[in-house]
Amino acid sequence: MSFMNETWLVFVRAMRLSLRNKVWLIIGLMQPLLYLALFGPLLKRIAGMPGFPRGDSWQVFTPGLLVQLGIFGALFVGFGLIAEVREGVIERMRVTPASRMALLAGRVLRDAVVLLVQSTVLLAAAYAFGLRAPIGDVVLAVLLVAAVGAAFASASYAVALLTGTEEGMASIANSVAVPLLLLSGILLPMTLAPGWLRTVSNVNPIKHIVDALRALFHGHVMSGTVGVGLLVGAALIVAGMAFGTRTFQRDSA
Amino acid sequence: MFKVDYMVEARGLAKRFPSRVGAVDAVRGVDIDVDAGEIVGFLGPNGAGKTTTLRMLTTLLTPTAGTAAIAGHDLLREPVAVRRRIGYVPQRGSTAPQALVGEELIDQGRLHGLSRATAEERGRALISQLDLASTWDRPCGTLSGGQRRRLDIGLGLIHEPPLLFMDEPTTGLDPQSRANLWQHIRGLRDEHGVTVFLTTHYLEEADALCDRILVIDHGEIVAAGTPAELKREVSGDRVALALNDPARLANARTVLERFAGVKVMRADGDLLDFSLPDASTALPVLLAGLASAGVVLNGIEVRRPTLDDVFLSLTGRELRDQPIAA
Repeated sequence: MSFMNETWLVFVRAMRLSLRNKVWLIIGLMQPLLYLALFGPLLKRIAGMPGFPRGDSWQVFTPGLLVQLGIFGALFVGFGLIAEVREGVIERMRVTPASRMALLAGRVLRDAVVLLVQSTVLLAAAYAFGLRAPIGDVVLAVLLVAAVGAAFASASYAVALLTGTEEGMASIANSVAVPLLLLSGILLPMTLAPGWLRTVSNVNPIKHIVDALRALFHGHVMSGTVGVGLLVGAALIVAGMAFGTRTFQRDSA
Repeated sequence: MFKVDYMVEARGLAKRFPSRVGAVDAVRGVDIDVDAGEIVGFLGPNGAGKTTTLRMLTTLLTPTAGTAAIAGHDLLREPVAVRRRIGYVPQRGSTAPQALVGEELIDQGRLHGLSRATAEERGRALISQLDLASTWDRPCGTLSGGQRRRLDIGLGLIHEPPLLFMDEPTTGLDPQSRANLWQHIRGLRDEHGVTVFLTTHYLEEADALCDRILVIDHGEIVAAGTPAELKREVSGDRVALALNDPARLANARTVLERFAGVKVMRADGDLLDFSLPDASTALPVLLAGLASAGVVLNGIEVRRPTLDDVFLSLTGRELRDQPIAA
């Protein structure tokens, strides 16, 4: 069987089991809507403050939510893998002729599809709330988030295999997520930050992704900000996928 | 399926794990031979290296040293070919609780390259053979412990491998389910010619189920043979005689000690307790000798040594059975 067939098989199985989990499904779809409905209105008030980027507050807020949903959500998919390791499912599948990379790729593909669906729900709601942004640029933004999210999912699976326990996984995922999140300007733009904080945030790759998404939502596809974001995204994708595949092909698991 | 004489032929297989306190030698160069059609038990206490060895033989773990041919293929150079020819039943189970029995069987078959139709056909045949016929559409999480273990075996057999590896197949099962599973494992061999290599820390399991036993302790194989051979080699049989007349005790003892290999353990009142290498052949002669010396017996008790005795004499430690988990 080809690598693509094996990946598809693993993807279908993972998706089937995810869809069977109704709580997960409802939370997954409601979460972006709650963010929009409960946090969005707060932004209207501060959108006029000095330092807040020009444009509609939804154009600033929605890209941040996309990153929060896609990239940070993906950091935690490894928890599901720990359960699968404990159930013995991973070992069982590793003693088949199927490629071990397909075991990873099928799961990452499931996560990417879930992310695309959640993003679509989020964007549809954001447009309904009053977002005005060019569709073509927004599609590019979503694809960038999905690709980086897939890379983070791949890395998350690697961490899950290496730690093997929920506790170990949680402490690593949180210690990565919290600083990245705070220094990315996801919820409030870094243009509001004092100079020293802005300098520190420049070493955070996620910050450049968020900046690129905001530029895209403003329709500035041919800008340096978008270029930097795409480059940083490409680097993250290569690093995340490499970490995931290397770990899946090792003995651990 | 082609014919191979040895299903497992491992030489000097070793695994060293790095650790903070220095390297740990989990397995220290074991040789393992398993003939086609055998049920071989790998017996040892927890932490002896059983699972590590099994994980090496099933391509899950790369050995630090040694070589092995599994079902005719080189373990290190052709791991994928090995995986095509072995089934593996992991210790912790192998199913997702939310997945349906039929889905797991079909998916596993397809990961082995079977068509959906073939996988379903074989899956249905397997579960009826394993007394799970009505469970096809049930979530795996709703099966009993014994049922789930049989399903694990079904998953390991979906691609019809000639060799099945099982890691502690009956740990955590109640005695009835264990006996039932033993029957199924014997059936695999007797009716389908499947070679079975299993690990266990249950002595009575190794005794009841296995044609041959390898005893592992501290990462080394300390004994190998049929259950009967191991018991004979190590301890011999124990016999207790109750004499009709205690006054003839010394007389009887003199008669017994003329026989090679007899070791009197206790002589007290009317009781004479001794060990000898093989009671089944020696005892008739011995009893005739006693009779002609005029010793009359009230009773006789022969006790075969258990694998517990074997393990104790091999390692100086008891192989304690773990309490069966609820």
